[in-house]
Amino acid sequence: MSALETAERPETLRRIAIDPVTRVEGHGKVTLLLDADNRIHQVRLHIVEFRGFEIFIEGRPYWEVPVAVQRLCGICPVSHHLAAVKAMDLIAGYSTLTPTAEKLRRLMHYGQMVQSHAVHFFHLASPDLLLGFDSEPTRRNIVGVATDHPEIATQGVLLRKFGQEVIRMTAGKRVHGTGAIPGGVNKTLTVEERDTLRRDIPKMTEWARGAVKMLEKLHLTNPNFYNRFGEFPSNMMGFVNSAGEMDLYHGGLRARDAKGAEIFDHVDYSKYNEVLQEEVKSWSYMKFPHIKSLGAENGWYKVGPLARVQVCDRIPSELAEAERQNLIAMGEGKPVHGTLFFHWARMIEALHAVEVVGQLLDDPDIIGTDLMSDKGDRREEAVGVIEAPRGTLFHHYRVGEDDLVKYCNLIVSTTNNNQAMNEAIRTVATQYLTGREITEGLLNHIEVAIRAYDPCLSCATHAIGQMPLQVELLDADGALVHRASKNMG
Amino acid sequence: MTDIPNTFNLDGEPIRFEPGETILQAALKAGHFIPHLCFSPEFKPHGSCKLCIVVVNNRTGSSCAMKALPGLEVQSDTPDLNHRRRTLLQMLFVEGNHFCPGCEKSGNCKLQALAYDLEMFNDHFTHFFQPREVDASHPDFFLDRNRCINCELCVRASRDVDGKDVFGLAGRGRNSHLVVNSPSGKLGDSTFAKGDKAAEVCPVGALLPKGQGFKKPIGARLYDNAPISQSFGVKEEV
Repeated sequence: MSALETAERPETLRRIAIDPVTRVEGHGKVTLLLDADNRIHQVRLHIVEFRGFEIFIEGRPYWEVPVAVQRLCGICPVSHHLAAVKAMDLIAGYSTLTPTAEKLRRLMHYGQMVQSHAVHFFHLASPDLLLGFDSEPTRRNIVGVATDHPEIATQGVLLRKFGQEVIRMTAGKRVHGTGAIPGGVNKTLTVEERDTLRRDIPKMTEWARGAVKMLEKLHLTNPNFYNRFGEFPSNMMGFVNSAGEMDLYHGGLRARDAKGAEIFDHVDYSKYNEVLQEEVKSWSYMKFPHIKSLGAENGWYKVGPLARVQVCDRIPSELAEAERQNLIAMGEGKPVHGTLFFHWARMIEALHAVEVVGQLLDDPDIIGTDLMSDKGDRREEAVGVIEAPRGTLFHHYRVGEDDLVKYCNLIVSTTNNNQAMNEAIRTVATQYLTGREITEGLLNHIEVAIRAYDPCLSCATHAIGQMPLQVELLDADGALVHRASKNMG
Repeated sequence: MTDIPNTFNLDGEPIRFEPGETILQAALKAGHFIPHLCFSPEFKPHGSCKLCIVVVNNRTGSSCAMKALPGLEVQSDTPDLNHRRRTLLQMLFVEGNHFCPGCEKSGNCKLQALAYDLEMFNDHFTHFFQPREVDASHPDFFLDRNRCINCELCVRASRDVDGKDVFGLAGRGRNSHLVVNSPSGKLGDSTFAKGDKAAEVCPVGALLPKGQGFKKPIGARLYDNAPISQSFGVKEEV
């Protein structure tokens, strides 16, 4: 863990705030504390909004949860919808799904992967990568990209649209649909809908692959910069199926350390709290999870595209696996940890998602009508986990005999990346900012590092009741007169 | 003796009626929609929600409770009356806790459908955010008072059709709330059963069967394809 988390004498330092962090989902800010020589002593990513779904879902009927809880996000609601319904399947007594229901849910999920990755890369990240980190800030946005690279902007918009159409046809709406219900799904895919989507697969595959190639070229053009930007070693975690392949819908948890050695493998995700632990800190609404066996100091980890492409043994689709091999080769036998590799990995996943959507559309089960499975015994407690676009997403519920939710715990993808994002901005601050005159372009380097994680800050803040709080009373000279605190870690 | 035809004018259109019918009954039968919430043709009119307010010969009243008479001049679809209806809806929305995005009745809810139809674009008033009890004690149904609008359709159905008197209203003003006639006050201890008429009349999501939510996909729900003013003849499914 970096020494830049807490400065020794913050009252003597100058404070610079990036508030709000832009081109991310949700509201956050970064604070930097610098001395008179512009040397950096403290860097923190603060999440300044609060959602609190864990509490207000308590007391609601269990079948309402998959639809209600997805409202905590407008970018990847499908992930919350599906993670919640996976838990509620078990609570309601459905231990398996019909082949059609499972494939329709997978289709919805991989459609979302396409749209979310497309919106992040093309709309939010590409202005930095295509126009320059310190380019004119008024043009450093999607409008600037559309002006200078209209064909790329168009591809981004249409890739996203394709993913949204997959979601609409499986969930009823592009955003916040109702497709998955405990025990199955509520909507069939018609032959016309399937054929409409199928027609677009070749074009979408070409564009997603083009984006991967664009990122590969960027890294090869200036490897010292792109490979090393925000580079720091960390553990990594993600889903793999029983064969060790990437599976974004269902699997066991696998974690590797910074050198690629296995920490745990094929962990049943319903036992996540045997391997993971959450911690709270006084200066953020977002929790800090870590791998229990390694402790808070060394056990923090990365999730999301860069972790997933490196914890899996292979991607089970031809084009994406070939591209993954190109990325892996950059590490020359070791895992890569440069922050900008996230973008490359993300677009490899987008390509994989398009390939999977194509495979599912070719499967005759996808237009089946057997949507609900048979009901077995109810359970009181269940965990649903999914690999959301931003990383591993945990939903954990307990439901009473009266069908009302008694307990809810969410570990959201961005929460898993909390410490890693803080480490990334501290690394970038050390690499590019310390000792220099701070300019807007240099501050944007910090935002570039955060954006690479594609954080969804609104999703990630739920820890009501355990919020650490510290109030300090200082005299006119800055000396501490009184300090009161609660729930301080 | 002159033969006076049984017709009245609704917004300038002649409406035929049978003697004894109310203005609302005759209008709905003739295919003319007047917004309403607490009215159901199966029960005695109640006249409490006031959404079916009309102007009859320059006097206002609830069309569900006013007898149709020959030659009446009735105004319903006017900017002034629709503005008043919108205000009534806004008051209902802020009085209860109506979170349509997560509600399983969404798309099948009369309150929501009327709000769309009458172009209620915001709540206007400050929300009460009153804590209201959810009663999940019954094995087959649950009662979510957050969504109850005190229309008393379940009260009338239980009393007049089921002969059980399971439901009633208690409290006054903003404290009015639905109560259950059982030793504990819980639905699970009452004589209420899933086959009761009272189980199928709730116009909102207050009294619903358990474990059924969201089974109809978006696009196949009651008010997905046409506004309530054009689809009011469709039987609401539970």
